[in-house]
Amino acid sequence: MDLYAEEILDHYKHPRHFGHLDEPTLVYHDRNPLCGDEITLELKIEDGKVVDIAFTGHGCAISRAAASMMSEEIIGKSLDELKGYDKESILDLLGIEVGPVRIKCALLPLKAMKAAVWGLAEEGEE
Amino acid sequence: MIASTSSVALDVQRIRADFPILQREVKGKRLVYLDNAASSQKPIQVLDAMDRYYRETHANVHRGVHTLSEEATTAYEGARAKVSNFIGACCPKEVIWTRNATEAINLVAYSWGRSHLKQGDRVLLTEMEHHANLVPWQILAAEKGVELDFVRVADNGALILDDLPKLLTPKTKLFGFSAASNVLGTLNPVKELTQAAHKVGALVLLDACQAVPHMPFDVQDLDIDFAAFSGHKMLGPTGSGVLWGRREILNAMPPFMGGGDMIREVKLRQSKWNELPWKFEAGTPAIAEAIGLGAAVDYLSSLGMENVYAAEHELVTYAMEQIQDIEGLKILGPRDRRTGLVSFILGNVHPHDIAAALDSLGIAIRAGHHCAQPLHERFGVPATARASFYIYNTRDEVDVLVSGLRKVAEYFSF
Repeated sequence: MDLYAEEILDHYKHPRHFGHLDEPTLVYHDRNPLCGDEITLELKIEDGKVVDIAFTGHGCAISRAAASMMSEEIIGKSLDELKGYDKESILDLLGIEVGPVRIKCALLPLKAMKAAVWGLAEEGEE
Repeated sequence: MIASTSSVALDVQRIRADFPILQREVKGKRLVYLDNAASSQKPIQVLDAMDRYYRETHANVHRGVHTLSEEATTAYEGARAKVSNFIGACCPKEVIWTRNATEAINLVAYSWGRSHLKQGDRVLLTEMEHHANLVPWQILAAEKGVELDFVRVADNGALILDDLPKLLTPKTKLFGFSAASNVLGTLNPVKELTQAAHKVGALVLLDACQAVPHMPFDVQDLDIDFAAFSGHKMLGPTGSGVLWGRREILNAMPPFMGGGDMIREVKLRQSKWNELPWKFEAGTPAIAEAIGLGAAVDYLSSLGMENVYAAEHELVTYAMEQIQDIEGLKILGPRDRRTGLVSFILGNVHPHDIAAALDSLGIAIRAGHHCAQPLHERFGVPATARASFYIYNTRDEVDVLVSGLRKVAEYFSF
């Protein structure tokens, strides 16, 4: 079976930065109820830069690999740089074609990261 | 193909020859289509009927007095009569064409619900309902102050009938439930549930989407009041659906939508409604689709619905035997008394990954919550994978599925 690129499978089986931070600066929980994907993203910010990151949750290989790859990518980046990340940045990281149905899986970590950075309220909060 | 591919009840190889799409390849592999509970494929007989209509007899129905309009009307109403016979209705006027089962249920909620229910009345549903039989009632409940109750589902996938006496109250005006679960495959005891509902004076609306395509079905024998089902799950085209209702109940309901064809007489400020079934069919209907569904019903009738049920039962039983040995695989729903589908989870592998991996082998299954989120919540899983069989599926295809699932389990294991 040759389904996903080796790198994606590796990030899925051995996700980087999976777990929790001791004292996160920003925490954001997001989910995609349609597929049941869920992510909690924790960021530690110092001097306007990401110094550490962790995520937990469950999801398909693409969403988990995207979270893992994005985590590696954004360490050391400034908040302003994070705001510049978009769909293309994630698809470049993944390096595969993602069809119309599963694009939401791939973009869930990005959505959580952007919401955390922009300080958006979570679902259900005022 | 070898003898093992033939079911006892149906000549599957002969049936397969009628379905052009089964010849195609997906990802370089022969297509194995196991997503029939979502939508079935179409035989050449259905495609030809629709094609012939557009090529030879298309015109608007019920309006013109010219030859084409008369031919179109005859074909359109003829299809209604076929469906009426197929489900054991008293007469074609009880068969209302809709776009799909969802529209059929909405028709009841909007027309019957808004005219017959008042604040404090109750509608009983079940935890295993498809969103189509939940959301219309939620909208109605919010609008009219109607209360919703739910029959719970046991771990084995059956409805918990012991709760029924508590749930069916004198305030309960309607009991809406599915004949068969689109996720668990559970076959509900329709007659028993209907009798219980009628004892308290509640009407019964049956979501028959997973029953009409797969087994003998007789609305009068079941003694129900409404039935909703979709044409595209039973060899017919998308855009064809049916609401069946008892004529005395339908007669007492106001129209669902207003417009042409549903009126007898129109003045500037008021109108008189047409008789059944056209009272509920405003505007130019899906004529080709109705004709296509009529051809689908002919096709199924020629096979015999007892045979369809037997063949599917044999196939799903075989599939369950084969897949249950796969490590980490857990089947949802009852062991017996089930329809021809099987939903499962496979260890920690997300159903989307299962479906994507199987797709790379040419196998089409469904992954997700199958429009039944509350049911998935009930079983504590965000999503499931589902293989659903129909008249053209073979044991060979089950074997392809099983070997595919073994590969999936290995591929994602860590």
